[in-house]
Amino acid sequence: MVLTRLALTAGVLLASTALASAETLTIATVNNGDMIRMQKLSSEFTAQNPDIELEWVTMEENVLRQKVTTDIATKGGQFDIMTIGTYEVPIWAKQNWLVALDDLGADYDVDDLLPAIRGGLTVDGKLYAAPFYGESSMVMYRTDLFEKAGIDMPDAPTWDFVADAARKITDKDNEIYGVCLRGKAGWGENTAFLSATANSFGARWFDMDWNPQFDTPQWKNTLTFYVDLLNDAGPPGASSNGFNENLALFQSGKCGMWIDATVAASFVTNPAESKVADQVGFAMAPDNGLGKRGNWLWAWSLAVPAGSEKQAAAQKFIGWATSKAYAELVASKEGWANVPPGTRTSLYENAEYQKAAPFAAMTLESIKAADPTKPTVDPVPYVGVQFVAIPEFQGIGTAVGQQFSAALAGTTSVDQALKNAQNLTEREMKRGGYIK
Amino acid sequence: MARETTRNRKLVFTVIGWTIGLTLFFPILWTIITSFKTEGEAIASPPSFVFFQWTLENYFEVQTRSDYFKHAMNSVIISLGSTGLGLLVAIPAAWAMAFSPTKHTKNVLMWMLSTKMLPPVGVLVPIFLIFRDFGLLDTRTGLVAVLMLMNLPIIVWMLYTYFKEIPGEILEAARMDGATLGKEIVYILAPMAVPGIASTLLLNIILAWNEAFWTLNLTAADAAPLSAFIASYSSPEGLFWAKLSAASTMAIAPILVMGWFSQKQLVRGLTFGAVK
Repeated sequence: MVLTRLALTAGVLLASTALASAETLTIATVNNGDMIRMQKLSSEFTAQNPDIELEWVTMEENVLRQKVTTDIATKGGQFDIMTIGTYEVPIWAKQNWLVALDDLGADYDVDDLLPAIRGGLTVDGKLYAAPFYGESSMVMYRTDLFEKAGIDMPDAPTWDFVADAARKITDKDNEIYGVCLRGKAGWGENTAFLSATANSFGARWFDMDWNPQFDTPQWKNTLTFYVDLLNDAGPPGASSNGFNENLALFQSGKCGMWIDATVAASFVTNPAESKVADQVGFAMAPDNGLGKRGNWLWAWSLAVPAGSEKQAAAQKFIGWATSKAYAELVASKEGWANVPPGTRTSLYENAEYQKAAPFAAMTLESIKAADPTKPTVDPVPYVGVQFVAIPEFQGIGTAVGQQFSAALAGTTSVDQALKNAQNLTEREMKRGGYIK
Repeated sequence: MARETTRNRKLVFTVIGWTIGLTLFFPILWTIITSFKTEGEAIASPPSFVFFQWTLENYFEVQTRSDYFKHAMNSVIISLGSTGLGLLVAIPAAWAMAFSPTKHTKNVLMWMLSTKMLPPVGVLVPIFLIFRDFGLLDTRTGLVAVLMLMNLPIIVWMLYTYFKEIPGEILEAARMDGATLGKEIVYILAPMAVPGIASTLLLNIILAWNEAFWTLNLTAADAAPLSAFIASYSSPEGLFWAKLSAASTMAIAPILVMGWFSQKQLVRGLTFGAVK
């Protein structure tokens, strides 16, 4: 009896030491197609590194943001690798919450990363997160509808051209709407789209002294243009449409144009999902001739929180997941069109990728055209194209988005919405100590 | 004539009853139907109700991507654990308040209920820090404790209401007949309180099963229950409705079946004492 118990205890002890010798990395990530693919392919990594085990925590973007922010701010230490965006990286790096990634492997080739993306993830010359996939925004349009209306879409259209074409294509009786744009309130929804658009109208969030700029004519032009355009040529209920709603509308053939994330290009051209897969063309996000286009820049990136005790293993995994070799692995298993886009120059030089992804050239041009360090016509004190990389922005951005959404829904006027946006931003900036 | 009227009235009530029932059930039915569609069909407009290519692909996808049984087991442990622990504390508390009330009993009950009036997010950071310091983050023990505390006011209130319905005279009569305290509890009180305790138990299992604030915020990989499992299938970029529906169907199936079987008990418990 005693012997059996002893043997059992010894067995349990042995088993636990065997388990303890393998390091387990807990990875928090978003539920996007490319990430799910990485999760599936990660068995290749664990086969090469038998001493590392991976545990995945997949979440919807907003839940993820809330969880990883709580965890890192309180040094909870639940995660070894976090998937974060270009918004978080500059803020968190300044707080010393992230580990500088300087151990990604000898053949990592950090200079191959697209400069615009790398710039957004670098603070004081150090890379704090490795980009997994990058995106900008561009115009996706229906070639058949444009042909029918006798309009030629240039590669780099102006806002006037887009507005004019949208109104011509609209045929509300047949449920064809000239343009679908984000209207749902949220800092990552309509505020992202309108901030990027405002950049091309010469507007900006703050002047060099952090004073909010919603009382300027540039913002008034932006919002008036947007509200008028969607009222004339947008789908009904546009004020509640976000990325997914517009994706569904476009895929079912109801939008003439859709200006949104470049990552959508692979969805709308996928015949399994989209009714209009072979009738989609691409163009740069529009401008007003002021030197800035209305396209944003975002990169889902992998970072190691400073609280992690397994930093070396975590960097090893990140080095694998964001490497050129990973791109080749995806290509060999699932085809070039499924390789995570927007992070490496070498991918866009690859002839096979160019052939498999008809949207590759336009995606690259769009990413190159966005500069998070100089996002606006006039100088600004912040980093970020469709956001302002300060901790207060999530709250302010969503509150301002609600004002814009209300203006689009017609429950308030453009002037009133801008006035409210100005007041609430001013109040929050005073509270944050940016202005007196 | 009179019989005719009764029959007509019965028919009207039946129709109204079914209409309300089906309306309430429709979202769940729609979720189940959507789980058998492809992502493309899930967003098709106008949507198809029956005539589409039925597929099990989403269920396979969900099963290969995440470990359903691990999450389900966590849900079972967390909901049963928190409810069981809650009852252990709440039965004596409600008992005392119902059978030997003091002048502060009402205030105590009110105070307990008032803790439910604070939005949970208001105490997220302190609780998160306590969990971190005690090493309870991402553990089932931690979740059992926090869900037990969250649901305790409801358990106490429900039990208190049931116990109040039991007339004190019966207990007195038992005592007159020479029953000891132990016998009084086992033979007189317990049988009368069982329906109330059972429905409290069932309702709290459902509440704990569906809880999606603490279970999402305090877990990562090890202790994540089905609410976290569902949350991982929603996505702001890309189509996810069919897969999300499959995950939701899998997550609600056990509790739905349990609710179905214990329906009678639940309804009886909830309407207990409603008609006097």
